Amino acid sequence: MSEKELGRKWDRCLADTAVKLGAGLGLGIVFSVVFFKRRTWPISFGLGYGLGMAYSNCQHDFRSPYLLHGHVVKEQ
Amino acid sequence: MLRVCRKAAGGAAQSCLYGRGSLRPLQPCCYYSSTGSSGATAGKLVGAGLLFMGGGLGGTILYAKWDPKFRANVEKSVPYSEQLFQMTLGPPASPAPLPKKAVPPQPLHISSVAETSKESKQKKEKSAEQPAAEVLPPPGEHSLEEASTEAAHIISAMSEAVSVPAPGTHRDEAEPQAEAPAGAECVECKHEAPSAVKERPAEEVAVRLALQDQAEQDVLASLSTTLEEALGRTAKVTLQAVEAQDAAVQAICTHTQKLKEAMEDSEVSSDQKSTQWSALESALKERSKCVDNAADALQKARSELENLRGVIAAAKKSSVPGARAHILAAEENLHRMSVDLDNKVSKVQSAQTEAKIISQYSELVREAKTQFQKELNSITPDIQGGWKGLKMSDVGKLTADDLNSLIAHAHRRIDQLNRELAEQRVREQLRIETALEQQRLEDKKALDGAVAAALERRREEVRLEQERKVEEVREVMEAEMRTQLRRQAAAHTDHLRDVLKVQEQELRAEAQESLNRKLVEQETEFRRMNQQQINAFTQDVNTAFARLKGMEDAIDSHAVAEEEARRAHQLWLAVEALGYTLKTAAAEAPTEPLAGAVQAIRDSCGENEFAQALATALPEESLQRGVYSEASLRARFYSIRKLARRVAMIDETRNSLYQYFLSYLQSVLLFEPEQVAPPAKLSPDDMDTFKLLSYATYCIEHGDLELAAKFVNQLRGESRRVAQDWLKEARLTLETRQIVSLLSAYANAVGLGTTQAP
Repeated sequence: MSEKELGRKWDRCLADTAVKLGAGLGLGIVFSVVFFKRRTWPISFGLGYGLGMAYSNCQHDFRSPYLLHGHVVKEQ
Repeated sequence: MLRVCRKAAGGAAQSCLYGRGSLRPLQPCCYYSSTGSSGATAGKLVGAGLLFMGGGLGGTILYAKWDPKFRANVEKSVPYSEQLFQMTLGPPASPAPLPKKAVPPQPLHISSVAETSKESKQKKEKSAEQPAAEVLPPPGEHSLEEASTEAAHIISAMSEAVSVPAPGTHRDEAEPQAEAPAGAECVECKHEAPSAVKERPAEEVAVRLALQDQAEQDVLASLSTTLEEALGRTAKVTLQAVEAQDAAVQAICTHTQKLKEAMEDSEVSSDQKSTQWSALESALKERSKCVDNAADALQKARSELENLRGVIAAAKKSSVPGARAHILAAEENLHRMSVDLDNKVSKVQSAQTEAKIISQYSELVREAKTQFQKELNSITPDIQGGWKGLKMSDVGKLTADDLNSLIAHAHRRIDQLNRELAEQRVREQLRIETALEQQRLEDKKALDGAVAAALERRREEVRLEQERKVEEVREVMEAEMRTQLRRQAAAHTDHLRDVLKVQEQELRAEAQESLNRKLVEQETEFRRMNQQQINAFTQDVNTAFARLKGMEDAIDSHAVAEEEARRAHQLWLAVEALGYTLKTAAAEAPTEPLAGAVQAIRDSCGENEFAQALATALPEESLQRGVYSEASLRARFYSIRKLARRVAMIDETRNSLYQYFLSYLQSVLLFEPEQVAPPAKLSPDDMDTFKLLSYATYCIEHGDLELAAKFVNQLRGESRRVAQDWLKEARLTLETRQIVSLLSAYANAVGLGTTQAP
């Protein structure tokens, strides 16, 4: 069902966002904990990083039907 | 003239081709010319023709008058010539003249010669049943002769061309008399063969022959009977006469003998003498009686001979050569009998003369004896009676005187006698001379008479001989003629055989031809009839067949129609089933796969291309998966609408998440009526998603999925992407539905077509 595609996409996007956020958070936490002495900026960085990735993925996912893939034809 | 006319006709015919104008001047001039010259020649021609015809007619009549056979021929061939001839010549002469038919009938010697037609044979057999008991050779000869003569007559009567010698009286005894009539028949047939063998003349001639035969046989019979009777009588009488003559001769001889004995035997005793004399007297009586008898018999015989002669003369006068043998034989018999009679008569006469002499002598002797006796008596009166009776033993009784006187007397007597003797001698000489003279005369007379008689007899014999010779010659000739006739008959039969063979062949050929023709006719007739019948039959059969065919066709068409109807029905049923399967769509689930129904349709429609095409035109999805119902699609549309509204702004250029948010915002904030009736014509600003969706919603709501689908099809961008599936489904459904409706319409049409109006 093509109408369910969007829903699915949104689902994936949210899921991915959640995961990314979580992963970012986690990594941020980890990094902040590990590397950056429990600063919050790696967590937010991580969250942002995660969100940004998720956003980008989401966007890419939503754009994917419209993306044109070009091929370079080598001239012989 | 004919040629001229022909030319004219030809010219006329030719000129006809070139137009009638030229005809007229041509015809009259030709006619003029022809008529001009024909005036003289026509008269000449007519005159010549008349002359010719008159000459021919007159010549015919004259010749018919002269030759009756020709007349008969002409009468036979030309229809009314009989009347003409009777008018001019009188009635015809008897066709087969029967001269000399007064012949005795013919007892026949039939031999097994069968050369000619049955008629002659039958005739022969018929005449054979006549008195066959009288198989006397002479009559047989007569019959043959007579038959040959009649044959000759027939020949001479019937055929002028065949010149036959005079009817032969000689013929073979061995040859049957069937030859001659057979020969006659042959000849006559032969003569008639050239003139187209006809049955009637042969029959006539046969009849005439039979009549002739009959007449001849009658005459012959009568003649022969008379002759035989006469002969018999004469023979009998002559025999009687001869016997009587013989008896007379015998009597005379005995008498003479006795007389002689009585005269000379003087040694016999008186008793014996007297017995002798009595015997002599009886002998004399006998002799006289016999002589009288002989005379009577002779008279009778002579009269009979005369009769016979008269009969023979009559027979001779009747002059049938066939009786010649009779006559000849009779004559011979007569001659012989007369000769015998004459001989006997002469014998009798000689005997009589002898007797006379002897009697004279005896008279003289008696006289002398009586005289002597008288003298003796005068001299010796004692001795009585017969000196003769005295034997030598009685001589002793006589005395010496007696003896002396006796001796003297005897001497005297002797002297006397001597003188007398001398005298007598002299006289005798004279007398002898005279007697010789007389005798000579008498001898001469007798000689003459004898000579005459002998001559007569000789002549008679010669005549008989001649006649016999003539008979023989005739026989020979007859035989020869018979052989010739036989040859002729043989030749004739050969010719007949050939002709018959040819005729037979011809007739056979003709008959065969006619038979063939008839057969061919019959066959053709039969074939025609057959053909007719066959035609009729074929026609009937054809009509029946045509009807049958028609019926079959009707039935077939009926069957076909039924089949068609059935198939249509089936198709309709299948289509109905398909339609029904379409209805089986659940709320959200598609229908059952239509493959089965479509297969059923495919099976039921069979070779219907339309249905097949339609059946194959169904999309695979519908077949495999089935289609969604309109209701489900409708339901689904609303979600699609919602979603499509939300992503209305998203297309290729705007497809970030932000746009997504914006389009969502737009969908929330834009208020369009849910259903807007679509206009008849779409303008470009109707291409807005929201409007389109409204139109589509309207259409959906009004059941027009197709238009809705059309409107949905106009979506662009993400909305389109979102509605893609729905569109596909809608398209599928629409397609299927269309095809199904087509099919059902077709099935309906077919069913309508196949169903027959009541």
